[in-house]
Amino acid sequence: MDHNTIIVLLQSTIRVSVPLILTALAGLYAERSGVVDIGLEGKMLAAAFAGAATAAVTGSALTGIGAAMLVSVALSLVHGYASISQRGDQIVSGTAINFIAAGATVILGQAWFAQGGRTPALSADARLATYKLPGADAVRDVPVLGPIYSDLLSGHYLLTYFAFAMVPITWWVLYRTRFGLRLRAVGENPGAVDTAGISVVRMRYLAVICGGMLCGLAGAYLSMALANGFVKNMSAGRGFIALAALVFANWKPKNILLTCLLFGFLDALSIYSQNVELPIMSSIPDQAIQALPYILTVVLLAGFIGKASPPKASGVPYVKER
Amino acid sequence: MSDFAIELKGIDKRFGAVHANKNINLKVAKGTIHGIIGENGAGKSTLMSILYGFYQADSGEIFISGQKANIKDSKAAISAGIGMVHQHFMLVENFSVLENIMLGAEESAILTKGITKARAELKRLEEQYEMEVDPDAIIEELPVGVQQRVEILKAIYRKADILILDEPTGVLTPPEADHLFRILAQLKEQGKTVILITHKLREIMAITDEVSVMRRGEMVATRKTSETSVEELAELMVGRRVLLHVEKGEAKPGEVKLSVRNLTVRDSRGVTMVDNVSFDVRAGEIVGIAGVAGNGQSELLEAIAGMRPATSGTVTLNGQPVDITGPGDPADMRRRGLAHVPEDRHHTGLVLKFEEAENAMLGYHGDRKFGQSFLLDVESVRKDAMDKIEQYDIRPPNPRLKTANFSGGNQQKIVLAREMERNPDVLIIGQPTRGVDVGAIEFIHKRIIEMRDQGKAILLVSVELDEIRSLADRIIVMFAGRIAGERNPDASEGEIGLLMAGVEQKLEAAE
Repeated sequence: MDHNTIIVLLQSTIRVSVPLILTALAGLYAERSGVVDIGLEGKMLAAAFAGAATAAVTGSALTGIGAAMLVSVALSLVHGYASISQRGDQIVSGTAINFIAAGATVILGQAWFAQGGRTPALSADARLATYKLPGADAVRDVPVLGPIYSDLLSGHYLLTYFAFAMVPITWWVLYRTRFGLRLRAVGENPGAVDTAGISVVRMRYLAVICGGMLCGLAGAYLSMALANGFVKNMSAGRGFIALAALVFANWKPKNILLTCLLFGFLDALSIYSQNVELPIMSSIPDQAIQALPYILTVVLLAGFIGKASPPKASGVPYVKER
Repeated sequence: MSDFAIELKGIDKRFGAVHANKNINLKVAKGTIHGIIGENGAGKSTLMSILYGFYQADSGEIFISGQKANIKDSKAAISAGIGMVHQHFMLVENFSVLENIMLGAEESAILTKGITKARAELKRLEEQYEMEVDPDAIIEELPVGVQQRVEILKAIYRKADILILDEPTGVLTPPEADHLFRILAQLKEQGKTVILITHKLREIMAITDEVSVMRRGEMVATRKTSETSVEELAELMVGRRVLLHVEKGEAKPGEVKLSVRNLTVRDSRGVTMVDNVSFDVRAGEIVGIAGVAGNGQSELLEAIAGMRPATSGTVTLNGQPVDITGPGDPADMRRRGLAHVPEDRHHTGLVLKFEEAENAMLGYHGDRKFGQSFLLDVESVRKDAMDKIEQYDIRPPNPRLKTANFSGGNQQKIVLAREMERNPDVLIIGQPTRGVDVGAIEFIHKRIIEMRDQGKAILLVSVELDEIRSLADRIIVMFAGRIAGERNPDASEGEIGLLMAGVEQKLEAAE
């Protein structure tokens, strides 16, 4: 593998990691508050559809992002209502959201655009904008560091920079702010939060709304950046991989970055190997490489979940003891 | 200003069909320690939870320092100067002490400023009340006694003038409880008002100024502690005269039924929990194992019951050697004539979601009398449960009720009835009366003595030294997994207490 290949692979890794990072962080907010969020996949898919559909109709990327976040937050609130207010089963509620999203996006897409469930291809204005880092062109010819700066770090979507920035920001929110302290507490022992004079219900709703917004961004990225419009079932299990990354990362922001990059790298590798003959991998069938991220998910979860220590009250509705 | 820190007028609260508080009136004088006693389910905790805003009263008024207060949630209670130490601590276990103290009182949206302030304030409080706590220690790594101190500090940090403690000594060792009482006395000196909820009469007599008694949701009496007695309080609590001392005749020990030799148990981390323990239990005697919780008693019981593999040693049951180093087979032990009342009825004694009748046969459900084929004969299961309910006065007498809906004392009776009615040769009992109210304790103690007089061999483990001393015919004291010594029940509390604290060597050297 030459220098260029590595740059291309890593660039692709960054590109496909973004939705994973955003979605895993979305899951982090919800689960740290004690609400298990298995509906990440569905929310991402619904947001991808809402974003692409709105952007296609209005021609504005910003409106598209807004619609994506709105739909995702709305679904989060449905999940919140079922699991926080009504104290229902969080897995059932989340699974229902996945089913609703998978079905509704195709039906509405066909009804509105009649293109087999797809949304129309987006114009340049309706897609997300990329950002060239200052001086990227000037340093391109500097050996080694030049391409790293100009090709690997520069020229990504703004949302990509935002996603990576969200990792330290989330850490800071979680461990350095009042909101974070209460968020972590409510996922560990809601009784302690309640008796400290803080509303458990309010904290949990705030958390799922945060998660909904991030998940909405992940969806918008899928259909408005990674692809040029919505395609049926385009989230392709990324919500579940993000959930796996969250578990494997032990619900910690820094680990989420690392696990998502790892999953992203495997994904990038499988995409790359379909187009280019790689020396070691030519003998392995494409399908096996494509399946690698999913296989790794299973292996990692099976091998490491024993060590995972989820928030204690995760998945448990809060009921005042009698 | 009123002389009363708290005045409750006509507090009434129902949970569905249960009338938890009936028209409660209570006055708590400022700067006193006021005890509230009553059996489990008498409504003490409900009343205090209403005062702390955890529940809303259906009717009634609350006055704080003479001012009518509307306590609609815990936030309102905190700002009215009320702090509460719950029976099950309301702490976030993987948080530091400091984080727990700050939770809900963070000062500002970004923590940094608040942390510096909280640290300084915590240090000041620690000095003022002699409550040492490392602010950076993680809660789950602290002993329960210290965790409780954090709860108290949490309340004082929020400027509480009135401190409510719900059954604070249930989880404490005697020295820890003494320390707590010193802290409470200090708080009183500082002018704070303390409300102590308990069902332990001795605590009431030891540190309260006044005491109010609750029974079945009603406030039945308030007395000055100096003008009442343990006997009067017990009678007020239960509504009839209670025998506080167990009456029993001489033991008539027969042949050895249970023999334990060189038993050693290591836990999954390889730590030795039971260290080379040997003893015998004879038919017709009660051997009590005393010790501070966590000195290997639980592991010893579990190993004998077949629930936990022993590392080495032998157990002989009814003259037959039993393989106790294998994976363990509680069912086999039962077939050999052993019955086991586990220490923790919630984790190992009962399935709380089951009906009472199902729990009443659990472990013996393969028995022919519950069904001839692989189907259960529901009628005979319920009939058997009903017999036990009548015999043990389990209330409410409904075998179809979910077990979680019975009070702690009645749940314990369900387990006892199940194990005792098998007519075992050897009965091992862990914490027979933990969390059980006075009336039920009296009954349980009587039953245990009856079993002994029928010639059963009984091994009794309890952290309540009083209980061991009044029931056992011989007392074995465990410390750090070993037998620290054996005494007669008439040995003084101090002597046994020293053994429990592990100072046996010094004692014997002095002799």
